[in-house]
Amino acid sequence: MKQIKLVRNIWLGIENLLLHKLRSLLTTLGIVFGVGSVVAMLSVGEGASKEALDAIRKLGSNNIIINAIKSIDEESASTTHSHMSIYGLTYEDHARVAETFKSIRQAAPVKLIRKEGRLRERALELRVVGTTPAWFELVQRPVIAGRVLIPSDDDERAPAAVLTEFGARRLLAAESTIGQSLRIGSDYFEIVGIVKSESGQAGNIQIPDQEVDVYIPINVARSYFGDVISRRTAGTHEREMVELHQMIVQVNSIEDVEPTATGIENMLKRFHKKEDYRVSVPLALLRQAEATKRTFNIVLGSIAGISLLVGGIGIMNIMLASVTERTQEIGIRRAIGAKRKQIISQFLIETVVLSIIGGLIGIGLGVLVPSLITYFAGMPTVITLESIVLPLVISFSVGIIFGLYPAVRAAKVDPIVALRHE
Amino acid sequence: MKGELVSNSNAGIIHLENAQKIYRMGNQDVKALAGITLSFTRGSFWAIMGPSGSGKSTMMNILGCLDRLSSGRYILEGRDVSTLDDDSLSELRLRHLGFVFQSFNLIPQLTVQRNIELPLYYLGWGAGSSAERARELAEEVGLAERLHHRPAELSGGEMQRVAMARALANDPQIIFADEPTGNLDTATGEEILGLLVELNEQGRTIIMVTHEPNVAAHAKQRLHMLDGLVERIGGDL
Repeated sequence: MKQIKLVRNIWLGIENLLLHKLRSLLTTLGIVFGVGSVVAMLSVGEGASKEALDAIRKLGSNNIIINAIKSIDEESASTTHSHMSIYGLTYEDHARVAETFKSIRQAAPVKLIRKEGRLRERALELRVVGTTPAWFELVQRPVIAGRVLIPSDDDERAPAAVLTEFGARRLLAAESTIGQSLRIGSDYFEIVGIVKSESGQAGNIQIPDQEVDVYIPINVARSYFGDVISRRTAGTHEREMVELHQMIVQVNSIEDVEPTATGIENMLKRFHKKEDYRVSVPLALLRQAEATKRTFNIVLGSIAGISLLVGGIGIMNIMLASVTERTQEIGIRRAIGAKRKQIISQFLIETVVLSIIGGLIGIGLGVLVPSLITYFAGMPTVITLESIVLPLVISFSVGIIFGLYPAVRAAKVDPIVALRHE
Repeated sequence: MKGELVSNSNAGIIHLENAQKIYRMGNQDVKALAGITLSFTRGSFWAIMGPSGSGKSTMMNILGCLDRLSSGRYILEGRDVSTLDDDSLSELRLRHLGFVFQSFNLIPQLTVQRNIELPLYYLGWGAGSSAERARELAEEVGLAERLHHRPAELSGGEMQRVAMARALANDPQIIFADEPTGNLDTATGEEILGLLVELNEQGRTIIMVTHEPNVAAHAKQRLHMLDGLVERIGGDL
């Protein structure tokens, strides 16, 4: 019974608002744009941070990544004349890190060499990744065909190679290619499997795998290609000696990530004269990204809050004018026997209906704008349930808060005075 | 009905005891009602007359429970209503009183039907039964074809009929008419007064404020006011 009455009251409110369509529409504009901007900003923000967070998650939140970097003085020395730069992580570093820290579940060493790969007539510039089977557990990518590296490959120095999906496609390799031989540089390898690859960047950490990767056992890489890389470019002959380019370490639990990273850093500091390494923690990046997102949300929230406040004041202003204009109506209703609280609820319902209608239009607008942004600017946007429900709740509250004062003013109308009002 | 039950022996449906209404105007107290004691019996038709400023409008507001006395007592149907709060007075008007005004006081945005339904809405009637009741009332005042028109599309007489239908919606025992013919031509005014007489013949108590003797002539009793007091009661105009 009570619900029927509420529905009827709401309907009467809508009827009354429809009597002044243009005015009602103009009144809601503030809410429309306020809510629209909340929805649009939330979805753009959500889209941007989701992209960053996804990329970081791909690195693995339990992982620590240590990269070899060429220090600045090496960089300048190498450009002047023929020079051999020696830097980066060593096999010894890997063994020491893996042995020292109990919190480490596994550590994959990574050696990178650029070589041309050839499968029959097709050739492709490959990034040869010498690593251990642990890589495939740390950088989890689905196997498309065949298998990944296994410990025996490394132990027996088997010339096994795992291609990525991209590389396989470029070399016209298919499932039937498994078992065929791939020439890398001047050596022959047997293709044992194909894995999917992800590419992209997360903050300032490069995702460890690339599309043009080919994975071979690290011992094979070491004995076939050695540790010295020479590169000839326009008149200079660059030579580098790098044992390991990267190390990916996985710890047992998320609590171990930061202490272990600090430990590794301290250990490397002791054994390296130069700072030719960088320890990156995806988890820290994740936290940073989340903090950034939070800040972003606070800023957006404040802007949206201000626009909703302005919208609410707009509604209040019009409702106050409406109360003045409808003084006689209020007087009639009161004389007939309407109680104060019935007048309050009448005006409150009108304001709330108005602001919810504004909210709904705003949500429509707020959903449309991000899809246009995605369509034209290619920026990712995500519309979450939260970004729709929240503005709806807000517009309801705006209606209540800013409708209350005009409604109370309406209820204070004295029927005797109002009925003389002509 | 709320209010203290005073006595049933008093036959008066309306009874005032030393009723005073004092307004503060600047630094001066103005006695709109300066201590009136009177009784109206059930089924009577009173015309309250007097020049402007005599207090007849204040009398109407007090009797119609739109306003409260400054002092004295107002006993309505045997109950003291002088100390009731705003909500209880509203309830009283809603259930027992009907009003007809000089300027009709219809809500311009609402159709005739919605205007007539207004008291029923506050009484909590459903949409179906109120529509039916509105139709009956419109027929009673001869406006069945105008149900879906808005007040602006009606003539003055028709508007006052709608107001009468609205006043009757809650089947009130007492109807207050404040200069009901003031905005109407004589012929139309006569029709409205005829309706009031008819309602009185049905047993309803009618209290009408007017300053026109030929309008007051339709009432059974007349009460003349002057300076917030009853000047005289009598049949003579």
